[in-house]
Amino acid sequence: MFRRLLLLVTAAVTLLVVWPASRALSQGGPPGGPPQPGTPLSQVKWEPWNNPGLARMPQDVSPDGPAPVRDLTGLWDTARAGIGARGARGAPAPLTAWGEQVSKTHHSGDGVRMVPVEEINDPLSTMGDPGGFPRNLLFELRQVQFLQAPQAVYGLHMWEKRWRQIWTDGRTLPVDPDPRWYGYSVGRWEDDFTFVVNSNGTDERTWLDNAGNPHSDQLKVEERWHRLTKNRLELTVTIDDSKTYTRPWVALDKIQFFQIPMSVDLMEMMNSASEAQAVAAAFKAEPKK
Amino acid sequence: MRNSLFGVLLTTALAIVASSSLLAHHGSASFDTEKELSLKGTVTEWLWANPHCFLKIDVKDESGTVRNWNLELGNPTDISTLGYRRNTFKVGEAVTVVTQPVKSGAPVGRIRSVTMADGRKF
Repeated sequence: MFRRLLLLVTAAVTLLVVWPASRALSQGGPPGGPPQPGTPLSQVKWEPWNNPGLARMPQDVSPDGPAPVRDLTGLWDTARAGIGARGARGAPAPLTAWGEQVSKTHHSGDGVRMVPVEEINDPLSTMGDPGGFPRNLLFELRQVQFLQAPQAVYGLHMWEKRWRQIWTDGRTLPVDPDPRWYGYSVGRWEDDFTFVVNSNGTDERTWLDNAGNPHSDQLKVEERWHRLTKNRLELTVTIDDSKTYTRPWVALDKIQFFQIPMSVDLMEMMNSASEAQAVAAAFKAEPKK
Repeated sequence: MRNSLFGVLLTTALAIVASSSLLAHHGSASFDTEKELSLKGTVTEWLWANPHCFLKIDVKDESGTVRNWNLELGNPTDISTLGYRRNTFKVGEAVTVVTQPVKSGAPVGRIRSVTMADGRKF
């Protein structure tokens, strides 16, 4: 019974969803298009410019090797697994009374607070505000390039073309910080392969994720970047905001990254205020009388 | 038949992942997901933008009235994997678009497929 239902659902999804994509591929597919199943990571073809990144998780990451010690250097791709359209992957903890109050004011494009497009008040998509931190980890987590210097680890994010400075010189996070869109971050190696980042000071105007989950200026975020092998990395993100949530909760649990060549040029993916206005205007056309 | 079925199965995971990206800004709350319209029209604008690309076409209805439809696609990063490019459409060219319209009756919809005058289909 369950197997029949599963086959029926798969068939329905195939008919409704697969046909346009399969036609694109049958016509030769786009240049630099996604690798076929079974293509080793090393044989993925990249265009000189404007690559969208891995379209699916590679099954074969050879030639792989042991993880280098205390080194995140590389260009890392979630193969689209980092696109959190409906919000953080982990189930949020219950909201406090303050959290509920703020939550009710967030009218999101997707997830549990989803409203019709013309009612969305997401500052990112309607005004072109920066997505902020940790939304850059919980919404459009695409490619991240890590560069390491003696004083800091730098994360260059494809989405919004933002960079993060994670201080590793032993300083502690600021107390009562001035809010910033991307907060303040410090990092340390917990062991030879696990880089732990602690952050605070994110501006309350940002949303935690695309579902409009709220946060306060008391938000603290822990990231655990674990280098598994030469070509594999995983990330776990924990949210700790006692003003907004009744307990800490895991927003991302061991999301996988794969190393792609540092020479890959990626498409630019940025919201702008003018484009946000153009999209909003497109949805406000007069109804048919 | 066997090859096309195999091809469809091969691309299932890709298409599901690709289509999920179309929801990367908003879901389907505005759209009538039970309805599809086939619109034959002329391109007036191709907006290549985040978070959504828009194809605008003039469509003449049964009464001869021309309405300008705003038809939505995903963001450039995601739809480029389906073959769309910044210069895919030219003003004045004829296209046929299958769309899920919005519930309000406004000439706005979400693109399901586009067929060009030369037969190419996205």
